[in-house]
Amino acid sequence: MVDMVRSLLRNLPIGLLTKMGLATLVAPKTSDWSKSREAIMEYVEEREAANRKALGLGQGREARTNHDRTKKYQEVAYYPGCALEGGGHAYNRSTKALGKKLGLNLKEVENWNCCGAMEVKNIDPKLQTYLSSRVMSIAANKMGLDTVMAPCNGCYHNLKKAEYDLANDPNRRGGQFAFSGKSGHATYQAGQVETIHALDWDRETIGRGPGHERPRQEFAEGVKIANYYGCMYTRPRHIFPEKDQGPGSESTSKPHFMDDLLAAAGADNVEYPLKTACCGGAHALSDSDTSTRLVLNMLQAAEASGAEVIATECPTCHSGPGNAPDAREKTLGRKTNVKIIYFTQLLGMAMGLSPKAVGVQENFSDAMPLIKEKKLA
Amino acid sequence: MPIHEKSLIRPENLHVQEHKEVDGVDVSGHWSTFIETRVVSDYNEDLQDEIAALPGGELIHRCWQCGSCTNACTVHAINPDFNPRYWIYLIRMGMESELLRDKDIIWQCVSCNKCTYACPRDVVPEAVMKATAHWLELKGHTPKSHSTIFDEVFSEQVFETGKIEDGRVIKGSSSSAPVRNSRRAGWWTW
Repeated sequence: MVDMVRSLLRNLPIGLLTKMGLATLVAPKTSDWSKSREAIMEYVEEREAANRKALGLGQGREARTNHDRTKKYQEVAYYPGCALEGGGHAYNRSTKALGKKLGLNLKEVENWNCCGAMEVKNIDPKLQTYLSSRVMSIAANKMGLDTVMAPCNGCYHNLKKAEYDLANDPNRRGGQFAFSGKSGHATYQAGQVETIHALDWDRETIGRGPGHERPRQEFAEGVKIANYYGCMYTRPRHIFPEKDQGPGSESTSKPHFMDDLLAAAGADNVEYPLKTACCGGAHALSDSDTSTRLVLNMLQAAEASGAEVIATECPTCHSGPGNAPDAREKTLGRKTNVKIIYFTQLLGMAMGLSPKAVGVQENFSDAMPLIKEKKLA
Repeated sequence: MPIHEKSLIRPENLHVQEHKEVDGVDVSGHWSTFIETRVVSDYNEDLQDEIAALPGGELIHRCWQCGSCTNACTVHAINPDFNPRYWIYLIRMGMESELLRDKDIIWQCVSCNKCTYACPRDVVPEAVMKATAHWLELKGHTPKSHSTIFDEVFSEQVFETGKIEDGRVIKGSSSSAPVRNSRRAGWWTW
């Protein structure tokens, strides 16, 4: 081997030798190749994924697809929804502040409307489909974005539901043409945008954004947190096709994205059995006896599992248990001590934002004493 | 009809005698329990079709009575009389008079979708409950529930302006609804 190299060096012309030497330092490139490279890589990945799938192996190359998603989530259409402009303003503020801190671009959906919520769906589900599809249509056709991020569980659920109904129900699809034709905007076609929750968004971008900002690991050390996801984030399963897809995806029976995020901030997540229970928010006004009992279940279970904080991801889940302490105290005979804080607020504070910047003063349950006691800010 | 759900036996149909002796054997107390036969005098043969014609009720015919919905139900856990499986059974059998016995609690479904998640036949029981509640109101069996009034006030605002504003919805629904519980809900505090 050594002899061979020696004889090569002796016999080859000097020019060629120099060229080979340089090539080891600077690789030659075809100009204008990047697009072809991407196309080939895409095919290679598809092929690999198909091979692995055919053999029943796990998802390969997960790191790379995650990287693509991280890039995609740098700029998303932000759909706050009505609740985040009213009672859930703290969630709005903290989501925006967190996005800014992470160096991400949140573009609020222009002239957005209500997603239809539970109430319009109860009156007529088709109207809810139209209302939700209008939001997605604006994001896709007017703003040219392919991802809508909705922090409110209700909005997230409704956008997902509309997406599912439009993709699978020709009847609904027909109705959309009539509505959008009359109101003069482009009809939403299923698949134009991907709807994600603030949890998906944070999970893909924290630590991977332009500034590689991360929560401080020692932030919530020793703070016991119950992670509460609520009804609308995981149910019903069929409208969330990307969930329950094995490692790296969200589980509908035992969701864990919030646990993961808060664990990164050093929180001590407790085993909370009512992660996806219902807070009765739908009937907070019309049937307060039922909703008070459901909220009490939720608070008592959190206390029993040793939690000091319930981290929420939905304005209704936040206002329900944070509100009407008198009615609860009367039913239970004592006060409950657990505090309700949005997960975006906890993450924001873990990344160095002040409690005011993440809107703790707008919370329903007064969390300031706890934040001071645990030195969270 | 399955009778394993004890709550389905009406208290007035259960007869227990404190002191009872049969052929010299003491069968007092629950030993002498007698369940009076339930009499259904009339059927509404169109009941299932009527519910299926309302938004949300379309898939009721798929139900095969496994009971997963009731088992998963949030409201059933705090009120055993709230029983989606049983109501779907009654609707499919056309037993309108029996269904009407529960007319005042059917609207209490909190739409948590646990039933829809659990249902192996994609009946979407949550939507069926809403359709049933609407049916009761349309037929005049019950006045509009607080929940329906809230839904209507909310929807009107969305249709009118495209958005809702918390304060206006609460104001609107409380002024048009007979205030029963809502004052205690404490949403006023903000």
